[in-house]
Amino acid sequence: MARVKFLCDADRCIECNACVTACKNEHEVPWGINRRRVVTINDGKPGERSVSMACMHCTDAPCAAVCPVSCFYTTADGVVLHSKDLCIGCGYCFYACPFGAPQYPKVGNFGSRGKMDKCTYCAGGPEADSTPAEYAKYGANRLAEGKLPICAEMCSTKSLLAGDGAIIAEIYKERVMKRGYGSGMWRWKTAYADSPTG
Amino acid sequence: MKKPSPALRRRSRNTENRKGVVQMPGSLSTLKAPTLKALCAALALLFVVAQPASAQLSFKPTAEAVQEDKLLNALKEGDKISGRITIPDTNAANLIQPAGRDWRDFHRSKLPVIGGIAILGMLALLAIFLMVRGRIRPESGFSGTKILRFASFERFTHWLTASCFIVLALSGLNISFGRILILPLFGADAFATMSGYAKIAHDYLAFPFMLGVLIMFLIWIKDNIPGKIDWQWLKQGGGIVSKGSHPPAKRFNAGQKGIFWIVIIGGTLMSLSGWYMLFPYLPANVTELQFWTVIHAVIAMLFIAAMLAHIYIGSIGMEGAFDAMGTGEVDLNWAKEHHSLWVEEEQAKGHAPAAGGSHAMPAE
Repeated sequence: MARVKFLCDADRCIECNACVTACKNEHEVPWGINRRRVVTINDGKPGERSVSMACMHCTDAPCAAVCPVSCFYTTADGVVLHSKDLCIGCGYCFYACPFGAPQYPKVGNFGSRGKMDKCTYCAGGPEADSTPAEYAKYGANRLAEGKLPICAEMCSTKSLLAGDGAIIAEIYKERVMKRGYGSGMWRWKTAYADSPTG
Repeated sequence: MKKPSPALRRRSRNTENRKGVVQMPGSLSTLKAPTLKALCAALALLFVVAQPASAQLSFKPTAEAVQEDKLLNALKEGDKISGRITIPDTNAANLIQPAGRDWRDFHRSKLPVIGGIAILGMLALLAIFLMVRGRIRPESGFSGTKILRFASFERFTHWLTASCFIVLALSGLNISFGRILILPLFGADAFATMSGYAKIAHDYLAFPFMLGVLIMFLIWIKDNIPGKIDWQWLKQGGGIVSKGSHPPAKRFNAGQKGIFWIVIIGGTLMSLSGWYMLFPYLPANVTELQFWTVIHAVIAMLFIAAMLAHIYIGSIGMEGAFDAMGTGEVDLNWAKEHHSLWVEEEQAKGHAPAAGGSHAMPAE
């Protein structure tokens, strides 16, 4: 099976935040949580770049490594998912994640964070595919319907790519060859350092 | 007209800054406006004409683009690549924080080693000590006469702190090692349910624990100031190792003072670091949270190891010691051996039976 990944071509991202909005809408993500966000580096300076940012579904994911209750699992496609039934909201995945992807619904003190929420690569959770129970906890399961993540699907400049890691890496390399420049496959080294296609 | 108009000036500055554009002549202010206008037009034309030719060769609009590799390489320890974000959560502005990898490494590789050496090492030491030295008994046997060592409020404070500590330690160890040791026994669901309750207990019992540490500090600090007599006690090894030599001690001997200060300093560090975790929006910064969790975990392992020694000597390690915190009254002979100066003080105050009152009972 393909190893799916995210790739953000920062030289194409126009910071329209449509990926952020589409994600929130598709999954009815609770108020205060952004599974995807757009970070602008060197804002207002020459060479400014924007990068669309979500869980990268790392190879050898740090969140899964530190979780005290082992609530994470990696699907056959390489998507890192977690069980909200097992999650105890300890915050460890947030400390370990290099990208700040895990978020908690409660901005609560006394350690009450609630169950962690993060990007699912539009692949739902451990519940049966495309059930109301799955939707309520994790949002839509587009992968089960044969569709790619909504953020990448509707990206107007095709900056954000999702799909087979080898294919999207090839697309990016072709772009760099053709236009003669590229600011890098942002976060790939950090997320997929141990990956054969990385 | 000596100077160019503000509009012209602005335009000239913009042109200067643009890469790949011919620089404007330096002595702008000496030129007259019409000349300048003509010059600008000529340059603009030149620029437009020249553009298609140079586009494929050297003109790269993104030549100065920030490069991820360069940013990553330039990062110092604990630094993050961050930018601007349009949502209110300032933590979301961090794009990459490589320190997460170090934190993961700490929890997966270093902490089990630290905890294993501290806790298992201490248990092994205590087992060896028990085998070699056996239970320590009063050498002159029990007198049958009792002396009040800890009043009820002192005992209440001790057990308040102690019971909280035991739950905190077990639930904390569960977070660190439960996944490896307990999860395989019970399965993911039961273990997660148990860990969920353990986490709630950990979060809320922290408060009575902190209160207990504070009260202990206030009521026992006066008896725990290190002095010369403690040095002598330490030089004699507390009289623990060899029989028949009991160095004099006041209410608390050097060993007990050590435990007191371990509890106070350890408890304070645990409370402070725990406070940041209970209120994660105080530091508002993932790097600081990582730092405090590391402090919390390392101190916890050492703290637990030290308390194992304390529990040992207060229960199976020494006969007659548990009464101090059990009923609050200890045998006079036990008190004389371990806290000779304190007994004299109490007798002088009239709080204890007189010296001659003891009739020796055979030691079991």
